[in-house]
Amino acid sequence: MSDVLVLAEHHGTEVRKVTFELITAARDLGTPVVLWLGSGCDDSTLASLGNFGATKVLVVDSAEVSDHPVAPGAEILASLIGTMQPAAVLVASSADGKEIGARAAIKSNCGIITDAVAIAPDLTVTQNVFGGSTIVHSKVNHGTPIITLRPNSVSAVPESVTAVIEHISSDISDGAQLVSIVNRNVVEKGARPELAEADVVVSGGRGVGGAEGFGVIEALADSLNAAVGASRAATDAGWYPHQYQVGQTGKTVSPSLYIANGISGAIQHRAGMQTSKVVIVVNKDPEAPIFELADYGVVGDLFAVVPQLTEEITQRK
Amino acid sequence: MKIAVCVKQVPDTWAEKKLKADTSTLDRESADGVLNELDEYAVELALQLVEANSGEVVIVTMGPERAAETLRKAISMGADAGIHVVDAGLGGSDAIATSAVLAKALEGRDFDLIVFGSESTDARMSVIPAMVSERLGLAQVTFAQKVEVEGDTLTAERVTDYGFDTLTATLPVVVSVVEKINEPRYPSFKGIMAAKKKPVETLSVADLNLDAAAVGAGAAWSEVADFAARPPKAAGVVVTDEGAGGTSIADYLTTSKFI
Ligand SMILES: Cc1cc2nc3c(=O)[nH]c(=O)nc-3n(C[C@H](O)[C@H](O)[C@H](O)COP(=O)(O)OP(=O)(O)OC[C@H]3O[C@@H](n4cnc5c(N)ncnc54)[C@H](O)[C@@H]3O)c2cc1C
Repeated sequence: MSDVLVLAEHHGTEVRKVTFELITAARDLGTPVVLWLGSGCDDSTLASLGNFGATKVLVVDSAEVSDHPVAPGAEILASLIGTMQPAAVLVASSADGKEIGARAAIKSNCGIITDAVAIAPDLTVTQNVFGGSTIVHSKVNHGTPIITLRPNSVSAVPESVTAVIEHISSDISDGAQLVSIVNRNVVEKGARPELAEADVVVSGGRGVGGAEGFGVIEALADSLNAAVGASRAATDAGWYPHQYQVGQTGKTVSPSLYIANGISGAIQHRAGMQTSKVVIVVNKDPEAPIFELADYGVVGDLFAVVPQLTEEITQRK
Repeated sequence: MKIAVCVKQVPDTWAEKKLKADTSTLDRESADGVLNELDEYAVELALQLVEANSGEVVIVTMGPERAAETLRKAISMGADAGIHVVDAGLGGSDAIATSAVLAKALEGRDFDLIVFGSESTDARMSVIPAMVSERLGLAQVTFAQKVEVEGDTLTAERVTDYGFDTLTATLPVVVSVVEKINEPRYPSFKGIMAAKKKPVETLSVADLNLDAAAVGAGAAWSEVADFAARPPKAAGVVVTDEGAGGTSIADYLTTSKFI
């Protein structure tokens, strides 16, 4: 079976859940080989990659890769496409994943399909486009298919193998080092699950009224072990940090359950949550367009409804 | 400072978007074409930088005849000139071909900065800025929520999953912006009048010395096998809170096994 190259999505030693989803998807297409850029691939991360079926982990850990965004990764990926001739390359639909994939596609003369939600063994890709209203099946017909997979579309299924690690050296060209990362600003994310990966997301919008109001949203989220999301109105107002924004220019989420509180449902917000499996809405305006997406909705004041809901959940657990 | 801003005409944000049965490409005729929202933020950034440092802003677009309106709309915000790549052979171009066309149109014009919106509302791929910078061999600073230029050094904040990265590069740089970067201005009446007289260069595929076989639907490196409208979601239940709204949601969550 040919190799399928998977670009690991990680933050230091912390492997993102989507990496396990990518490896799971790769198993249907060939033998998963993981490319790990930068530091953080220690014994436990290696074992965790093996738990999902990664046979080999190629590590490029150098200052060239860590200190410059995107371009070095694309160079390494393109050179591996040349030497390994994998059946396909799978990367996450994140900013880095898409851009590394895009640049490698140009370098290697390969077609690229973004935002896959499923990949069939014959490399036919399923996408949900136009806010989930249309399902498209397509296929790369030139070079090695490069496919970016949306987080939370494929479930990660363990299949234990012993992954071997191989450190590979790489000469990164000057042209790939034109941009330097001078500082990584990490905003504390706390104990809640990662927004893009969470199975349940509880979001708040302008209706939450202020930073303090997010207390009731967080309490509900914690009762469901959920991630907290926010509309742009809430992040712009500074009530909640920017990286929790859901929508066109925020995160795209596709959880099993999305609870929208005090959010009107602007098209840019929907673009980031429309493919959620079950949507619950709390909004005091019965005309709010977000109700169009609701499986279950309550017209009412979120400050009455949400705490009551949290209380009920806590009691029933 | 010489700045190019690449913009795209997209179907009106609220319009229902559909693929055409015969070509599996977006039906662009059935909806009003508007300037891609995020591109307005790109134009605004370029205008602010030129206002602070002097220079000129050139709007660049690839698209059918009627994309000329969108080009003028972007110019009316205060830009100096436009480049419109228009050619019947370009219809159905994928991201790979589009990036080749834009790179050719931008090449050799000594732009210090090439600015994009980070995503179009129709295709939503977010790959064109990276592809163009790859083709031109230029520094790539994308998903920027903040951009500053001092002399020939650019400093920016790239939005990441965990916060943001502060990046630096020396001009020329390809930039893409997210909507946090600024508040785009509305075109003034004066701007709208002036835009009518601003020079717009029209270029064909042949003018760009591009192989006609390398662009358009026939050159796409991926093909659509089939597509279907997703069955509309069954209408949900909406109740009015009369004191037990929260409990009723909890009941729904219990029935659907979330608790
Ligand atoms: C280029 C661009 C990109 C954008 N990207 C995004 C994006 O990524 N994500 C995003 O979310 N938006 C985005 N937007 C903004 C979007 O257009 C909307 O402005 C935004 O989503 C509105 O947020 P909201 O629903 O919280 O606020 P509003 O539209 O003001 O809605 C607030 C809602 O809260 C309800 N409410 C008020 N008080 C209460 C209460 N006590 N109890 C219950 N309900 C209450 C109201 O009835 C109302 O429906 C973008 C816009 C542009 C132009």
